Amino acid sequence: MRYIRPLSIEDAVGELAKAVGPAAILAGGSDLLVRMKGGFIEPELIVDIKRIGGLSDVTETADGFRIGAAVPCAVLGENKALKQAWPGVVEAANLIGSKQVQGRCTITGNLCNASPAADSVPALVAAGAKAVVVGTSGKRTIAVESVPTGPGRTSLAKGEIVEAILLDKRPEHAGDAYLRFIPRTEMDIAVVSAGVNLTLDDHGAIKTARVALGASAPTVLLVEEAGQVLVGSKLDEATLERLAKICSGACRPIDDKRGTIEFRRKVAGVLAQRAAAIAYKRAGGK
Amino acid sequence: MAGVAVSTTINGDAVEYLCQPDETLLEVLRDRLGLTGAKEGCGTGDCGACSVIVDGRLVCSCLVLGAEAEGRKVETIEGMAHGDQLHPLQQKFLEHAALQCGICTPGFLIAAKDLLAKNPSPTEEEIRFGLAGNLCRCTGYDKIVRAVQDAAEVMKGA
Repeated sequence: MRYIRPLSIEDAVGELAKAVGPAAILAGGSDLLVRMKGGFIEPELIVDIKRIGGLSDVTETADGFRIGAAVPCAVLGENKALKQAWPGVVEAANLIGSKQVQGRCTITGNLCNASPAADSVPALVAAGAKAVVVGTSGKRTIAVESVPTGPGRTSLAKGEIVEAILLDKRPEHAGDAYLRFIPRTEMDIAVVSAGVNLTLDDHGAIKTARVALGASAPTVLLVEEAGQVLVGSKLDEATLERLAKICSGACRPIDDKRGTIEFRRKVAGVLAQRAAAIAYKRAGGK
Repeated sequence: MAGVAVSTTINGDAVEYLCQPDETLLEVLRDRLGLTGAKEGCGTGDCGACSVIVDGRLVCSCLVLGAEAEGRKVETIEGMAHGDQLHPLQQKFLEHAALQCGICTPGFLIAAKDLLAKNPSPTEEEIRFGLAGNLCRCTGYDKIVRAVQDAAEVMKGA
């Protein structure tokens, strides 16, 4: 096995593209090292991307925020501007693991690890976040929901690296929220989760809405119909009922030790309602 | 496998070592450098017994490669006391009997030190959430929480 620490994204992409055996990208390592220890992956090449310029920075741009692929989630929680603009994304990122894991884990890693239960991903999908993908043939910017294709699988080609996650600048009257169900209070994996992102008009009616569910299908789900049902409403009881029904119906969960299909369907609807209520309040709705 | 040459700083001292590319920082600390304060509990980042601070960030050393420490500043439990002078957290852990078998204790002390550095007056709830990444199978946590509260008071007065 070889460990390398390239200083440029081009070098990193080049090394990954020409790697003969299994290769792995190392940012926080909170998934990679566990998988290596468990014998699930035996990389011949590890590309540590933390010394590549810009990858460890959160930058506020004219368009919004750019979160480098190597930024630990703890740093997101300490960024006041980001927290104010996207509280749902930050609270989701800060739910991953312990303080120790927070010091290492990244939202890009959370996305590319492609777990259906990844905490930050439903919040990012609801937020309409984009992933900047760099490969040997150049750069492309894609919707985060198009990165995971199944548990542990992504649409990224050999040699491609997600170098940053982009979040839009927030308009007036905007809010997002993320909730997950776990049987304890901390340090657990989502049984079901929901992310909601809303913008309101000047009268408090919902103008745009995106709803995403986690741990309820092979990938995080963007439930477009759930977003549509919210538009135009002020989150009245009847709308919330329809939201829950749509979300429960959109789920394609599995039965496992953490929850049954029936339970996950029911709770997906409940969490979507509650997350919508929090996002609505954060957006200034009453 | 070719070894990786690493120059780093541990508890303020410049340290150089050779390690294998897949060797964890925890393995380097314990097996190559003789710093056996950090313990391997789970080896998968769940128990916090191997907690160290790297460039001001609390991390599990079992989830860091030894090679990654190049140019970083690593703080371990061995650097917590100044000679015979215990850190207030160490003193209060003793006074409150906040340990039994002791395996989790170095991790708790490092995590508590990081917690108080960022939040000098944590509430009980903040302490419990802040230390949720450290598992103790002996004490039931209450004595640990009280020791941290007491140490926080002492450190504020210092």
